[in-house]
Amino acid sequence: MTLTLWQRLDKTGRNLAPFAVTVMLALAGMIPVPLPGYASVAPFLTAIAVYYWAIHRPDLMGPGTAFLIGLLQDLLTGGPLGVNALVLVLVHWAVSSQRRVLASSTFALMWFGFGLVMMGVACIQWLAFSALQATVLPFRPALFQALLTMAFFPAIAWMLIRVHRAFLQG
Amino acid sequence: MKPRNSGSVVRLAAPLRALAQRFSFLLLVLASVALMMVGRIDALSVDSARARVTDAFAPILDAISRPAATAAHVVESVVEVQNAFEENQRLKAENARLLQWKQAALRLEAENISLRSLLKATPEPSSSFITARVIAAPGSSFLRTLVVTAGRRDGVRKGQAAIAGSGLVGRVIEVGEWSARVLLLTDINTRIPVVLERSRQRAVMAGDNSDQTRLLYLPPEAPVQVGERVVTSGHGGQFPPGLPVGVVSSAGERGVRVQPNVDLSRVEHLQLVEFSLPGSESEPSSESK
Repeated sequence: MTLTLWQRLDKTGRNLAPFAVTVMLALAGMIPVPLPGYASVAPFLTAIAVYYWAIHRPDLMGPGTAFLIGLLQDLLTGGPLGVNALVLVLVHWAVSSQRRVLASSTFALMWFGFGLVMMGVACIQWLAFSALQATVLPFRPALFQALLTMAFFPAIAWMLIRVHRAFLQG
Repeated sequence: MKPRNSGSVVRLAAPLRALAQRFSFLLLVLASVALMMVGRIDALSVDSARARVTDAFAPILDAISRPAATAAHVVESVVEVQNAFEENQRLKAENARLLQWKQAALRLEAENISLRSLLKATPEPSSSFITARVIAAPGSSFLRTLVVTAGRRDGVRKGQAAIAGSGLVGRVIEVGEWSARVLLLTDINTRIPVVLERSRQRAVMAGDNSDQTRLLYLPPEAPVQVGERVVTSGHGGQFPPGLPVGVVSSAGERGVRVQPNVDLSRVEHLQLVEFSLPGSESEPSSESK
């Protein structure tokens, strides 16, 4: 079965959807929200996207893609290079080791799994930033960020499911 | 693995791919750690890479930050309409008080000018400023920076002071072609030489990623009062002396904490100010402040 040029272009475009959506979430996470104290606990949206796509379409969201998105986020946020890249690669690794369980599970279990992953993310971020600053930073902001990200999970996952159905199944 | 392309070649290649993937994880983790090291060692080239990427995404960030700002304005104006009467009363009282201050300021200015002319004092260095819009704030627990829409082509330079309304906000740490990054007062990397306005006690103000900052190197017996104004001291030549920074919010066993004058979570526009300090290259400026 040979595809015409347009069909191939269309397929490539559709296959880029997970990457594009995750980059958009990275940018959306940087919108300044005029709420006191929000900036320090703003949800880590790309972690949700990497988690979702690593479960449902690991062929389109490989560890390399996760790394690139993390790197982009590091460059955009002005933080130390490599921290978000490391975090997203580890999220991907955590998912791919449990993919069979997560892919066939209910939404509630997926949410619970994400909670566990987010706690790990908070710990890694805190460790990495503390090591790079050579001081012990307070853990609470990272914890609250993890909790807020968990609260955002259903909404973002719903959006990702819509994108998944619209672009990648048809 | 995937029902989509279940050919025999793929079936054979699957274990190989799994092996490659396992190695790629290790490689990517090592690459991340290596990048952290590179960032520590070669900060300059990392900065320029960052500025380029931020430049590339600045138009998108600019576009998507506008609806958010508009929504915030709408909510704020609703709240303001509700409080209009009380606000009006308060402002009238404040206006009366400020008029008295204005008289005092005019009298002092006249006195100052005449005294300066007697003393032949050198005039204050002039300053010029660039106004820029805030388009992004990193959603991270451990970083306090802002990205603004002005860069090298607008005259932004590294080290310029960022001011909003009633006080200092931070300083420019990274400049791209049409975007720049401002390190806020509250970031853990910020150190600003300050002086307590009344007691003239010098100190260094440091951020700790919380909403308030702390004062370092204050002598333990220094008389610090809650409510005392904190201004830049001008030491180190980064900022001119006398820029308002904040107000002492608590002083006690656990150190002195300062509440910044500006609500850093609601900053929408910034002035990036170039102070032509003595010793630096002075530029002719039409605007002065």
